[in-house]
Amino acid sequence: MTIKQVSVFVENRVGTLQEIMSLLASNNINLRAMSIADTADFGVLRLICDDPFRAQKLLEAEKCIVTINEVLGVALPDRPGTLENVLKILADNGYGLEYVYAFITHNQENAYIILRIEEVEENEKAEELLKANGIIVLNTCDVCQYSAE
Amino acid sequence: MERYFNPEIECADPSVLKEIQNERLVKTVKRVYENVPYYRAKMEASGITPEDIKSVDDLHKLPFVTKDDLREAYPYGLLAAPLSDCVRIQSTSGTTGKRVIAFYTQNDIDMWDTCCARAIVAAGGTKDDVVQVSYGYGLFTGGPGLNGGSHKLGSLTVPTSSGNTDRQIQLMCDLGSTILCCTPSYAEYLAESINEHGRRDDIKLKAGIFGAEAWSEEMRHDIEQKLGIKAYDIYGLTEICGPGVSFECSAQTGMHINEDNFIAEIINPNTGEVLPEGEKGELVFTCISKEAFPLIRYRTRDICVLKREKCSCGRTLIKMAKPMGRSDDMLIIRGVNVFPSQIETVLLNNGYEANYQIIVDRVNFSDTLEVVVEMTPEIFSDTVKHISAKEKELVAALKNMLGLSAKVTLVAPKTIARSEGKAVRIIDKRKI
Repeated sequence: MTIKQVSVFVENRVGTLQEIMSLLASNNINLRAMSIADTADFGVLRLICDDPFRAQKLLEAEKCIVTINEVLGVALPDRPGTLENVLKILADNGYGLEYVYAFITHNQENAYIILRIEEVEENEKAEELLKANGIIVLNTCDVCQYSAE
Repeated sequence: MERYFNPEIECADPSVLKEIQNERLVKTVKRVYENVPYYRAKMEASGITPEDIKSVDDLHKLPFVTKDDLREAYPYGLLAAPLSDCVRIQSTSGTTGKRVIAFYTQNDIDMWDTCCARAIVAAGGTKDDVVQVSYGYGLFTGGPGLNGGSHKLGSLTVPTSSGNTDRQIQLMCDLGSTILCCTPSYAEYLAESINEHGRRDDIKLKAGIFGAEAWSEEMRHDIEQKLGIKAYDIYGLTEICGPGVSFECSAQTGMHINEDNFIAEIINPNTGEVLPEGEKGELVFTCISKEAFPLIRYRTRDICVLKREKCSCGRTLIKMAKPMGRSDDMLIIRGVNVFPSQIETVLLNNGYEANYQIIVDRVNFSDTLEVVVEMTPEIFSDTVKHISAKEKELVAALKNMLGLSAKVTLVAPKTIARSEGKAVRIIDKRKI
């Protein structure tokens, strides 16, 4: 049920992000969300897109280092406190977070959050936990549809 | 007025020196043939017996000793004296395969101390001087060598070793150190610090003896000006004894080789042929007075020129120029010998490809080492934490292998030129 995220190694050089985007755009891959973790020497570009495996193939053909991994996605009512609620549920149950990022879609009512918990093997358990607490959990197809609306 | 520690040797007529060399060479060759199976096998393979070596003129008949021999015979295989007669070892950095361990008997230490005492006297030192030795002490030969030389001369020795710059300056001022011994880059750093602390007027330095790394004439003038001293070069390598194999005099135009202990040759590094005096080639040393570890025709890999001329200092010992480069790919970084193959081994052991670049630079008078390596799918992850952990593992493994801290830079795959014959792996930006 989780969302497949494409991560790309981005060398710290002028134009690298643009080159990646150009490749994806010319192959008609649409992005839903992205975040970049930057260090002094390189960045890790994380993408949620409509076709993660095709994106991976395209990037690898251009000698990029790519990995696909599972992240949790939740849809939250767009009002104060809803994210805090999710974070509290996770924290209370001992789930640490590696990173979190948000994205918007055409859907006006909900905000979408990507969560990467420390132990990927625990993804499903965390998902069940969130569901049991009435949180809407997303999968890759959901993300594509929401954005395409 | 020029002073000498051993005028009878340092200013000897060349024919007298040659007599000493002939006698000592014949003795040494005979001794290693009889005591060291490794040497005997090498000589037998070349069809040479000790009887074939009657004088220095026969030296070229003997086979070379290379770093490969040292590796093969590690650690005791070239030992020419009973271990019970040995009193010390010194060693180069680097782990298995690249480390050199040299053995010394008490006589060897005395000989080495004498060589260093000659260097200190040539730099104007007397027993009334205060010699601050800011070379590292320990396995590295720098500290122990100059320390011994200063003792031999009877100077007051201040064994500060390297580092702790504030304390160095404090002691230098409090004790009135007159001669400083360290690497030229540390001398630069000390000079900067002394001026920054406004202590230039509190120091009594008159001379410096700087070696263990390459330095330029510009750097010499800079140090001389900043410290108000005369800066002398000194050369040596652990395999032969350490610093003091040769030393500079007041003429500052090359280093006098202690020829009563070491015979120098220049060879064509490709053919091994001995080149006439004045030609540029690889420097080869033969130890003729050492007991424990007398290397015969050891290829230093330093590219150099020898010149025998009447020196204004009065010494007759042959002079060698500053080494102009290497005939192998060894780098000297902060006085530590580094071979690219060591770095390659670490990379392969840690899951990286053997495509890498080594960037050496000098920042604030200190050498820096950067290893640029391509990211691999195995190491990549969506979290920076994971990648950083891998990076730190690599830094630790490099430190463990080289004894040096290196900066690791991860770059995209296929961005480092593939090896085509000889890849450009080393970028040395140091202006030496």
